This record gives sequence, C-alpha cells and structure tokens, in this order.
Amino acid sequence: MAALVRLETRLSRLREEYFLKNRSVDEDRKIVYKAAVKIQSWFRGCRVRAYLRYLNKMAISIQKWWRGYQSRRYFRKMIKIQKRWRGYYVRKYTHNYYALKKYLEAISLNNEIVRNELQEYAEMNEKKKKKKDLEKKEKEKKYKARKMHYLLSTEQIAGIYNSPFRKFPDPMELLLRQSKPLSHRQQQPKSPFTYDLYDWPTCKRPPAFPTGEPLPPIGRQKPQGPFRDAAEVLRQRYKPLEPTLRVAASISSPLEKAREEMKREEWRKCIHDNEFLPFSSYHKNEKYELSIHASEKIGKETYGIKHFREVQPNKWIAGKDFQTVLPSIVLFEKFGKTYSKAGQIV
Amino acid sequence: MSQRQVLQGVISLLRPLLLDVVPTIQQTAALALGRLAYFNDDLAEAVVKEDILPQLVCSLSEQNRFYKKAAAFVLRAVGKHSPQLAQAIVECGALEALVICLEDFDPGVKEGAAWALGYIARHNSELSQAVVDAGAVPLLVLCIQEPEIALKRIAASTLSDISKHSPELAQTVVDAGAIAYLAQMILNPDAKLKCQVLSALSQIAKHSVDLAELVVEAEIFPVVLTCMKDSDEYVKKNGATLIREIAKHSPELSQFIVNAGGVAAVIDCIGSCKGTVRLPGIMMLGYVAAHSENLSMAVIVSKGIPPLCTCLLEEHEDHIKAAAAWALGQIGRHTPEHARAVAETNVLGTLLSMYMDIRSSEDLQLKAKRALKNILQKCTYLPALEPLLHDAPPNIMKHIVGQFSKVLPHDSKARRLFVTSGGLKKVQEIKAEPGSLLQEYINTINNCYPEEVVRYYSPGYSEMLLERVENYQPVL
Repeated sequence: MAALVRLETRLSRLREEYFLKNRSVDEDRKIVYKAAVKIQSWFRGCRVRAYLRYLNKMAISIQKWWRGYQSRRYFRKMIKIQKRWRGYYVRKYTHNYYALKKYLEAISLNNEIVRNELQEYAEMNEKKKKKKDLEKKEKEKKYKARKMHYLLSTEQIAGIYNSPFRKFPDPMELLLRQSKPLSHRQQQPKSPFTYDLYDWPTCKRPPAFPTGEPLPPIGRQKPQGPFRDAAEVLRQRYKPLEPTLRVAASISSPLEKAREEMKREEWRKCIHDNEFLPFSSYHKNEKYELSIHASEKIGKETYGIKHFREVQPNKWIAGKDFQTVLPSIVLFEKFGKTYSKAGQIV
Repeated sequence: MSQRQVLQGVISLLRPLLLDVVPTIQQTAALALGRLAYFNDDLAEAVVKEDILPQLVCSLSEQNRFYKKAAAFVLRAVGKHSPQLAQAIVECGALEALVICLEDFDPGVKEGAAWALGYIARHNSELSQAVVDAGAVPLLVLCIQEPEIALKRIAASTLSDISKHSPELAQTVVDAGAIAYLAQMILNPDAKLKCQVLSALSQIAKHSVDLAELVVEAEIFPVVLTCMKDSDEYVKKNGATLIREIAKHSPELSQFIVNAGGVAAVIDCIGSCKGTVRLPGIMMLGYVAAHSENLSMAVIVSKGIPPLCTCLLEEHEDHIKAAAAWALGQIGRHTPEHARAVAETNVLGTLLSMYMDIRSSEDLQLKAKRALKNILQKCTYLPALEPLLHDAPPNIMKHIVGQFSKVLPHDSKARRLFVTSGGLKKVQEIKAEPGSLLQEYINTINNCYPEEVVRYYSPGYSEMLLERVENYQPVL
C-alpha cells in the first residue's frame, strides 16, 4: 500500500522526468554519436595505416631481393671478365714464369762469372805471396853467402862446398863465387838523432842512452901527482853529446821536413814563371810586360789620400759648375759644415 | 803485502816522477803508468783515484810529442777497462785535450789520441756521444786520409766504435763524409786495415735502410766480394757481416746484392771456412731468402743449400747450427718447389734429430722445430717425408701426416709407394685422439685405400685372424 502511495506521488513527476530524460538523451545523442564516430574513424585509420606499412615492407623486401638478384647476375658477368684479365696480368707481369726462369739462369751465369773472377783474384794473391816469400829467401841466401865468403874454395884448398869427391860443385859454391864479400866495418850504432817514430805507439824501445866507453890509451905511465885516473879523464873528456829529447826532437816529422826542403829549392831556383817556349818566332810580337817594380810609380799612392775622384778637365763642357734649378736638399747642404773640423763624423 | 798495497805503493812512487824536471823521466814515468794500468784494472782505478789524470790532461796540451804519446797511452789504458773509468776520464776534461792532439803534426800522437778516444767510445752510447760532442769525428775522418797505415787502422776502428751504438751517432759519422774514404780503403792490401774498415761500414749500415743505402751507393759492390776471398779469416768474417747488415733491411737491397753476385761469393766463403767465421755468411743467406720467394729461389739456384747442410752436420757450436737451421727454414718455407729443393738433400732427418736431441740448447731446438714446421707445411716430396714418419714426435707427426693426406688422394703411384714402403702400416699405428686434426688426416689417408688393405695393415690384424681361426667351426 505504501509503495502504491509513493508511486502515485511520483507519478505526477513521472511525466516531467520522462520528458526530461528523453530530452537529455536527445541532446547528448549528437555528442555521443559524434564521439563514437570519431573513435571508430581513428581506429579504422590505425588499422589501415598498419596494413599500409605492412604492404610497404613487403614491397621493399621484394624489390630488395629482385635488385640483388639483378646485380648479382651482372656481377657474375663482371667477374668473368675480371677473372680473365687478372689471370692474364698476373701471369704476364707479376709472376711471369718465363721471365723468372730467365732471371734465375742469368743469376747462375753471373754467379759463375763472379766465382771465376774471385778465383783468379785469389790465385793472383797467392802467387804474389809466394813470389814475396821466394824473394825473401833469395835475399837471405845471398846475405848468408856474403857473410860466409871466406868459405870460397881457392886453387890449393878446396872449400867445403867444392869437395873433390863431387862431380860438380854445390850451388852454394857458385853463390859464393858470385857474391861480394861483406866488409868488416860494423854497422853504426843507432844514434838518438835518427829516431824511428813508429816504434813509439806501442813504446817497445825506451829512449836509448849512449853507453859506449872509449878504450883507455895503451901503455901510458901513470903520471905522478894527484891526478885522476887517465881512463876516467878521457872518458869525461870524450863523453859523447847527450842532448835532451827536447833538443833532439824537431817539431816537424821527416815528411814535413822533406816537403819544406823541396819548397825552398823551388823558391830558390825559380827565376821567372814563363817557361822556355820552343818556337821563339811565334812569340816575337808579344809585348814585354814590365815587372811590378818597374811598372808602378815610386812613392806612396796618392789615390785615396790626396784625392778621391778622377778629374779630367779636357772633357768638361763648360767652364763653370752646373746651375741648380731645383732647391738643394737642406740636409745635404749641411754636410761637413754643421760641426767643427774636430768632430768630423755627422 | 797484498797485491793491492803493492800497487798503491807503485803509484805513489811514480806520481812524483811525473812532475820531474827532466822530460825524459816524465815520459818514462807516464809510459810505466800506462803499461801497468793496461793490464790491471785495480791499478787503473788507483790512477783515477789518485788524481793523476788532471795532471796528464794538462800536460797533454803543453809538452812535446813523446809525452803526448805516453799520456794518450795512459788514458787509453785506463779507459779500456770499464765504463765508469772511461766516465772518470771524460769528467776530467780529457776529451778536449785528446781532440787537440788529433790535430797534431806527428802521426804517432794522432794515433795515440785516436786510440784513446776509441777505447772510451766503445763502452756505451753516452760516452760515444761525449766523444762526438768534443768534435772528434771530422778530425778522425781527416786521420783516415793520412798515408800511415797504422793511423788509418786506428781511425777506422774508432769510427766503428762510435757508430755502433745508435743511428744518430752513425748519421753523424756519415755526415762527416766518412763513407767515401772508408769505401776507398777496402782496396788496400793490408789485412788488418780491411778488417777495421769493413767493421766500420757494417756498424754504420746496420741501423737503418737509409744508412745501408748510403753505404751501397758508395759503390762497395763488387769490390767487397774480393774481401770474401782474402786469405785472412777475419777479413772474410767482417766482409760477410757487412753484406749481411745490408741484406737484412729490405728486399730491394737483397735483390741488388743477388744481382751483383754476392750470394755466390758468400756461399764460397761459407764453404771454405770453419767455425764462427761462417756465422755471418749463414745469417746473410737466411735474411736474403726470407724476403721473398724469388730471392729464395736465387739462393737455391746458386747452390746455397749444400754448404748449409754441411754446416748443420759438421759444426760443434750450437748457435751456428741454430743459425743454419733457421736459414734452411727461411729458404724452404715459401712454396713446394723450395721445400722440395731443401728436402732432397735429406736434411730434414738431421733437423728432426737436432730437435729431439736433449743435449742441444733450447735455442737450437726451437729453431730446428720452427724450420721443420715451415718446410713440412709446404713439402710435397714424399720420399723425403717417409723416413720422418718413424721417428717424429706427435706435434711434428701432425704436419707430416697432413702433408701425406694432401698428396695421396690425387696420386696413385704415390699411394702404391706409400703402402710398399711401410708408411701405411706406420700410420695405422699412430694413436690419435678422435676429433683431433691428426685423426682427420689419418681418416683421409685411410679413405684413399680399400677397406681390406687398411684392415690388413692395422695393428693386431694377425691376432684377430688367429682368433677367427680358433673360433671357426669347420664345415664338415
């Protein structure tokens, strides 16, 4: 019952409510409809775009594949040409088999030549060495023969090398016959003046102090008186000169001395520079050149002291100086006149 | 009294004599000091400590030539023992005085000064630089031009000592124009001079390609080749060293040397010498062959391999054998042709035995192994490889079997030979881990032959057959 009452009260408002509800729905309907349309259109757009993208990708991949295939076909053709060209080039230039063979043959030939030449050179050297050794031996033999010249056989006495039991004399005998006897005069002791320089670097020989002693006189009576021993006195009296090394050593080496000697000789001997010419008639017309002493003036040269410039009055055009048209430069007018003679420098 | 005390006593006795009035006594005292210091380095140190050096240096500039010679001798004797003593000499200002002596008229004085400078510069590059800074190099080049042979020798040896330390020092020596004069002196008949000159040129050429090219431009070839035929051993050695230093820089220089016939000369030289004199020649062949295969073929064509093999067999020193092994490896590693040329001389067995020998040094073993590997990787000459199958250790075996597996599939005659010589049997006996490279090679070889043959040669086949006989039920 109560519900019915309530419903009746509401009934009066029902019409209004129903009307209002419909009206609001109608008003909203447009908006809602438009919103729905929008959402749907956006969604459809998305789908279509996705589909287009997919299509695009597919198209790209097909084209990709196709183009690759095309160029690979092209490339294979290219490769064939390049293959043949590269093979040809390498065989001809880089790894040229025949050129290599020729080169190796040339090298072996060259090696043979070099080996032969070196062999010749070595043989030549050996021959030289042998020759030197032989010569040395010969020299020694000859020197020995000269020393032992007394062993030469005479008419009466046969020498050791010329034994009567032999058919022919020993070769040493022949050498002895040929050689000149060595004199008894002994070799001079080396004086400290003639020093051989090249002994010094390894310093094999110390400085030689002369140690010869003169013999005392024979059979002299000892003089009476407080005299010293004669031998001692004579030793002191005839003591050879012992110059210090400083004195003995000259500054220049023998080579330098010889050179200086030569220069001095040249300077001394040279009279005039012109050599004697064979065909004198060719040079008759040559003018005689004065020597320096004759061709110059005597006395001090005046140029640079007394005058600087040359002056030739016969060449002058007019008697007076040039007239200046333009004003002279003031600074140059002052030259030599600004200061006193004492301070010449400007 | 101990030796040291005796020495101190001697120095204190000699020292006042150096200041004596009589010049002869001064000179003799200096000479005595020099001789003592030359043979005994304690005394040399004592000379430095007692401050005798400044006195000597002062008198170097004042006194006459005999004293100068003696003083230079003392400086040389002190400077030869160690870098510290040489440094002490440099610090007391001796270098300037010695350089002034180099300008003296007397050749003996120049020689003494040059010798002293050489001994100082020998130790290390700082001392060499100090000598160069004192202005010694142009004067030394002037000394080389002097007519006295002893002076030329010493000057050449000093230049060699200076230029050996670094490229800059060598460049300084070259800038002073030394190369032309040194090159002229190669023709001189004196053997010791030639030694020094060749050593100087090789020290200059060893640093860089440009310096080597400068040396070559001085037209030393083919004159240098005559040095290889000299009767003196050290001339040959130094000549070979010079050619080696030039050849090692670049293929063009090696090519030049080959074209001039240098390889033939070096090979003859190796053949005629014994011992360490051969070493630079061997290394030169290795360097030339290492640059390119054409050069290596040129070495082979010039008959270079037999002397190297004889070297390997005859020499006692390990380092020479190692060098010969290395050179053979360089020759044979380029192409199968080269490897065949090396293998035909049956040297691979020697290399292998050297590698396996426990008495050989590590260096020799390493070089022999590398050479063997390099040659084997290109070798297709099977008769030479066969003997190696029997003795080789696993790491070498891998290469040998690999080579067989490359050649056998294509050559039927070789296959037959392989079977008849017992190679197949040996291959079957090799135990290899499955999946390793060796196993693959073995499989390739086995696939070249029919099944029965492989089974026939596999180990234990006869036992297997006998077992079958035992288990067989006779058909009645």
